Amino acid sequence: MKASNSLWKERLDGQLSAQMADELDTFEMEIDLRRQGKVDEKVFAETRLRRGAYGQRYDNGQRYDGVETRQLAFRDDAETKGPNTAWDAPGMQRIKIPFGGMTPDQLEVMAELAEEYSDGIAHITTRQDFQLHFVHIEDATALMRRLAAVGITTREACGNSVRNVTGCPFAGVCADEAFDVSPYADALTQFLLGHPDAQNFGRKFKPSFSGCHQHSCGLAAMHDMGMTAVTREVDGETKRGFRVVVGGGLGTVPYQAKVFDEFMAPEELLPIAQAMSKVFAKHGEKKVRSRARIKFLVANWGIEKFRETVLEERAKLEHDPRWTELIEGAEGEQETPLNPPGDLPESNGDVEFGHWLKTNIRTQRQDGYFTATVALPLGDMTADQLRSLADIARKFTNGTIRTTVEQNFVIRWVSGADVSALYQELAAAGLGEAGAGAILDIVSCPGTDTCKLGISSSRGLAAELRKRLSEKIFELDEAIQSLHIKISGCFNSCGQHHVADIGFYGVARGVHGYKVPHFQVVLGGQWEENAGSYGLPIVAIPSKRIPDAVERITGYYLKSREKGEQFVHFVNRVGKTKIRQELDHLTQNLPEHDADPDFYADWADPREYTTGDIGKGECAGEVISAYEFAMSDAERMVFNAQVLLEEGGSQKAGEEAYSAMIKSAKALVQIDYDDVSNDPDEVVEEFEERFCDTGVFYDPFAGPKFANYLLAAHKSAATPFTAESAHYRIEEAQLFIEAVHSCYTKEKTTAG
Amino acid sequence: MELQHVNVKILVDGDITVDPGRFIDVFHRWIREGVIEGLLIDVADYRHVPHGPGVMLIGFDFDYSMDNAGGNWGMLYNHKSPLDGNNDDRLSTALKSAAQACKLLETEFADDGLKFSRQGFELIINDRALAPNTDETWDACQPILQSFLKSALGHEEFELQRESEPRRRFGVTVETKQPLDFDALA
Repeated sequence: MKASNSLWKERLDGQLSAQMADELDTFEMEIDLRRQGKVDEKVFAETRLRRGAYGQRYDNGQRYDGVETRQLAFRDDAETKGPNTAWDAPGMQRIKIPFGGMTPDQLEVMAELAEEYSDGIAHITTRQDFQLHFVHIEDATALMRRLAAVGITTREACGNSVRNVTGCPFAGVCADEAFDVSPYADALTQFLLGHPDAQNFGRKFKPSFSGCHQHSCGLAAMHDMGMTAVTREVDGETKRGFRVVVGGGLGTVPYQAKVFDEFMAPEELLPIAQAMSKVFAKHGEKKVRSRARIKFLVANWGIEKFRETVLEERAKLEHDPRWTELIEGAEGEQETPLNPPGDLPESNGDVEFGHWLKTNIRTQRQDGYFTATVALPLGDMTADQLRSLADIARKFTNGTIRTTVEQNFVIRWVSGADVSALYQELAAAGLGEAGAGAILDIVSCPGTDTCKLGISSSRGLAAELRKRLSEKIFELDEAIQSLHIKISGCFNSCGQHHVADIGFYGVARGVHGYKVPHFQVVLGGQWEENAGSYGLPIVAIPSKRIPDAVERITGYYLKSREKGEQFVHFVNRVGKTKIRQELDHLTQNLPEHDADPDFYADWADPREYTTGDIGKGECAGEVISAYEFAMSDAERMVFNAQVLLEEGGSQKAGEEAYSAMIKSAKALVQIDYDDVSNDPDEVVEEFEERFCDTGVFYDPFAGPKFANYLLAAHKSAATPFTAESAHYRIEEAQLFIEAVHSCYTKEKTTAG
Repeated sequence: MELQHVNVKILVDGDITVDPGRFIDVFHRWIREGVIEGLLIDVADYRHVPHGPGVMLIGFDFDYSMDNAGGNWGMLYNHKSPLDGNNDDRLSTALKSAAQACKLLETEFADDGLKFSRQGFELIINDRALAPNTDETWDACQPILQSFLKSALGHEEFELQRESEPRRRFGVTVETKQPLDFDALA
């Protein structure tokens, strides 16, 4: 905690808007009240979350040190800032950057905050936010005041609220866009921030804007509310509008958004968003958090009923002049260049500059101007780099710079004549790495580094893959260079693994009586077309063998692809069975612990991965064999369901996935009750009694989420499957199986 | 003037002779074995960031890093929580802690020849409200630092060079004509 916290309020007096100053005074008071025990810990948790102050790994005061789990002796360990969250435990501060737009002044303040309150690193997220880690809750208001003084709020950066409104970072300068979506993203941000109709959600709500359909810069299809710019000719006049989709989202089971309106007039955007918020607040799930996103409401109702209800709500809204005031001037130019246009230089034999020109420079629709992408390894940058970037943005542009969903920066409006000098300055600041948007530009969530939910080290793996790929990136075939790798530390998909060419998400598996970090390999996702399709997991591979898996997959693609065939089409053509065969050997002949202890630790973390000595009881041995046999069957069935789905057999695929769930539930039940039959009714009844009623199966964070997948699947077993519902069932089956693994390992550990 | 949140960085002498990834293993062991007094929380790996914080041992009151800021590897100590006492006490805590960590790492990597410079160190006040990087701060701090260093180093043969970039934190580079004695400092 900083000694100077109390000084900032006076020092910044008059530099904050009155509203922001009041809000932060109130938040400061809420912190004091919680310290005095006058605010319930759950209430305070949601309060701080809505200010972006998030929990971080080990904030429950426990940490495994490689030998045993130890208590972290925080000073005020009796005090909490939320359930099971120590007051003194450092946390993460998320900072919203609407549509990624920043100014040099804001970059400089971010640099100061990273140095003074965090670990010196500012991290860009996959939703264009910033995150600072290891921040003390009592520093939060000083930090927020300093942000507010340069026009940044952290309000509603977390919690059950409207999250950062993301937008294409090339908006306004992209040659392919219908029109610049930036002013509309800004309008929606201002309109929904703190709006009374958007305060009572069961979960978060994420909007996004894209300027075109074909690219992935805005990822509209995977958002709760996605807007894509479109134009129409009406009476000889070009009219602006938005194709609005709703109910998309990644998370544990990804949903493609449904079309709400093919062409919504801009003046309807804000009232419809307001009406949608009201409907979500009123009808969205509140109790079962795992079903509380708007995607479930849309799926349960169907898009027609959802649309009808929203339009009814829209008709009842009292007119708000801000609906149109906030988008006034949206049709004019939003930015101007600093320097006159110029031609792009040649690399003149400078190999590194040549690579950078090829991958990081993009032609603007304005002649003679270019965007330069600053590729940040794992989205991280230092305070000095932030200041250098601010200098560069001022020197070559009018400070036009944006964060991206690929955890990078884009500098806009660079004159071609300045490109060479700009590169020199970026390179001098350690920001001149080539490979933006290429296979080297790996996206990763925080994973086990700092996230409470992380299962495997996504950043550790990403860093390792980067290291290996950077040695040969420009020697690789161009088809490989352009692939996207995205990694999540768990099934929650913060690393967007579902929409990568090659995605990974972390899982844990037992090997020779020890826990070993693994990653599920996810194939079939599509980054282009605004995240046009979602991949499915095909096989779990030990973490230390993932680099080999990448080699195998890319090698097979190179060898077997048809001319010009994109990776996603290649996967669909050859089928996952063949690709899995290429990888199967990586799941076999796993080394014994003593022969290779490193195999039993995660990347860049020497601690033994297991949570304890699992041991091998003779009596339990037979049950283990039966269990493992059954689980192996269940996993095979889920994979088979994918194959069936690929072949167009939705009904059979859904049924197979459901059967896999029953099979794995039975595997767990059978440990206690060997006589359980194959009758799904009996399996589910026994499972509920033994694992749900007792809470044994419940995830410490996700609660009954995965058990509910089974119960819901059983309840609707007779409902016919569509391709979409079969896809969901396969995802749920895979996650349920992971939960069975997790429960089994936990129980076995407890039993000693 | 109150100086809090003192940082001290002691550079590696010459080129770094140890693969920085090995500091990860050492810092994890320091946590497990309680090698450093105080609450240690975790290890953060930033080797992928050019000229970044390298490998960090994150604590509650302080962090230790094998830091690569400016492309210069060194042991950085950052005291995060406010400390009681006077300025000398706070400066002393930071310098002692950094020297102690250097000694420990030199012992850990004796076979690899890891050595830290005895010619000086960087000292930073990590709080722009208490110590903005201005001429006023420099005027106020100079006598405080001179007095402290004379006492801590046991001589007056040192020079201070102030950080000249006003947006960076207030800090000085201390160059000593007599070599630092880590045993005496720690």
